[in-house]
Amino acid sequence: MSSYDWAPGFIDDGDRPQIVSSRFRYEDGHTLERFLATGGYAGLKAALARTPVQVHEEVKTATILGRGGAGFPAGTKWGLCPTEVWPRYLVVNGDESEPGTYKDRLLMERDPHQLIEGCLIACYAAGLSQCFLYIRGEMALAQERVATALNEAYAAGYIGRNILSSKFSVDIVLHWGAGAYVVGEETALIESLEGNRGMPRLKPPFFPAAIGLYGKPTIVNNVETLANLPWLLTHSAAEYTAIGTATSPGTRMVAVSGHVNRPGVFEIINGTTTFRELLYGDEFCQGIRNDNELKAFVPGGGSAPWFLPDQLDLPFEAKLVGAAGSMLGSGAVMVMDETTDIPAAAFTLTRFYAHESCGKCVPCREGGTWLERIMKRLADGVGTESDLDQLFEIGQTICPGPFPHAASARLGLEAAPFPFKMTTICFVGPSAYTSVHSAVTLFRSEFEARLIKRKLIPVSVGATDDNH
Amino acid sequence: MSRLNDANQVLAKEIIGRYPKARSATIPLLHVAQQQDGYVTMDAIAHIAELVGATSAEVLGTCTFYEMFKMQPVGKYLINICTTMSCALLGAEQLVEHAEQRLGIKAGGTTPDGLFTLERAECQAACTEAPCLQANYRYRYRVSPEQLDQFLDDLADGALDAEIPPHGVVARVRQSIPVDRAVGAVPPDSVNEPPVWMSA
Repeated sequence: MSSYDWAPGFIDDGDRPQIVSSRFRYEDGHTLERFLATGGYAGLKAALARTPVQVHEEVKTATILGRGGAGFPAGTKWGLCPTEVWPRYLVVNGDESEPGTYKDRLLMERDPHQLIEGCLIACYAAGLSQCFLYIRGEMALAQERVATALNEAYAAGYIGRNILSSKFSVDIVLHWGAGAYVVGEETALIESLEGNRGMPRLKPPFFPAAIGLYGKPTIVNNVETLANLPWLLTHSAAEYTAIGTATSPGTRMVAVSGHVNRPGVFEIINGTTTFRELLYGDEFCQGIRNDNELKAFVPGGGSAPWFLPDQLDLPFEAKLVGAAGSMLGSGAVMVMDETTDIPAAAFTLTRFYAHESCGKCVPCREGGTWLERIMKRLADGVGTESDLDQLFEIGQTICPGPFPHAASARLGLEAAPFPFKMTTICFVGPSAYTSVHSAVTLFRSEFEARLIKRKLIPVSVGATDDNH
Repeated sequence: MSRLNDANQVLAKEIIGRYPKARSATIPLLHVAQQQDGYVTMDAIAHIAELVGATSAEVLGTCTFYEMFKMQPVGKYLINICTTMSCALLGAEQLVEHAEQRLGIKAGGTTPDGLFTLERAECQAACTEAPCLQANYRYRYRVSPEQLDQFLDDLADGALDAEIPPHGVVARVRQSIPVDRAVGAVPPDSVNEPPVWMSA
């Protein structure tokens, strides 16, 4: 069996290590009973048997890279808290809404206790005295499953006062979001949790570990990042880093969607699995639909610059993908086959970011809207030559200087590496421009083919207002 | 229209008590208000402001920022069809058009009988199951136009009442922290020392 009715999208073909998805095979994997029968809360017990410093060291040694998008190592992030300021908080980022991304919702719906155990281990190791589990508002089932799991865990003594009769005490509070993509940015998440409009905070400080929730040191971790911790504690950092590569250890949950024969969510080995294996491999997506040619793919969620078939042999490794002109982001691959209308496809992403701009930074608020309008014209076949130039001009106001893109043998184009400069506080602004830049740079002829060809009417020399 | 009723006031106080600062309960309480009335009323906003110690304008400001909060009545079923890239690549636009024709309204509108509100939605985190939609935030995956028709019929007939509650109800299970297990929230400025297990 390769997929399960109760875990829509998840496919576990192949013989790969399962660090976070091991309970997806059970229909009742979300219950405390099943969790305890399959080694649940053993990681917490292992953590409590050691000192917080030892647990923190183990996480640091494992270099678990953050799975939310930025890829910052979790252990290092915890270490950024000032030592003299208390209390410290944990905020769990379960506001998954990056286009193409579908993994945190599965982890919350299918194995909520694993996430809770991860939260507890993080709180114990980093001295965090309260945990807020922020779940995206639209995820009703995830909210119900996590609420049920929290109630079970409180009743059984795994959360709350003197956990498992130790000195360790922490509350986990379930918090519902209400629909805003930008809240996935960690400082916007904190604003939202304080009851405000979810707008990112001005930086520095660059990490809420310095000044976060209520002005106190706050760790914001992604759901998948925390879900790795129970396995790490029952195994070891050495076993964790033995999987994947030195710079990208462990596994990753990756969602592949679009024009493939078998779209799905896979737990893949980090750093070594190539995009070709992922898209064409038997245990993964089994090729492009109808045996069509691959046209382009987005390697890391809607915010990532696009790749062409030229980049298929790159592995899922952050540094290599960055040098090739994109990023791995949140583990979401979107695949376009030869039949894809590129301007229309890119427009869906431009519209997304224009819609989701919080309005705080002008280049994103105004620029995003302009990009949307112009892309709409171009996709509808009523754009003009100057629209194409205008797109780049707007892009320059959001991201001055060279913008990353993939290499193309067909176009004789060299890769422009990640990252870029930006004039906005958070990545929503640059993300609005990303799909535009990729589509126009890599598929300019498709845009040009549907421009309106109009002759410009020259203004006659010496014309005055009276002539009009 | 209406402030929070007695039962919801008790619930509101319980929710506020979980946070170190009352203001943090704003969004959860807006959900409680929307669950009570189907949308967020100005009276409820004023009431929430009193409960969390903010001004009505501040709560209104928060409320209008978030997609899920509706300031006007919507249909009993809010149908959100995802139109972001993965779904768009697999026919989401055709699905929206089909729904518009079938319901006789444009996206953003509500049917005259008050049963359905149709919206285009942005990515719903079900990208591998495209095209997808949500009805009151309950998913349907890989939806064909025929399946959409059947689904709307079933909703109208009440055949899915057990699975899909009316608009406003998001999670039907709430967290409840038992008093004898709770650590309790304290104002952030009242502590400035490491928790006990760190000093061991």
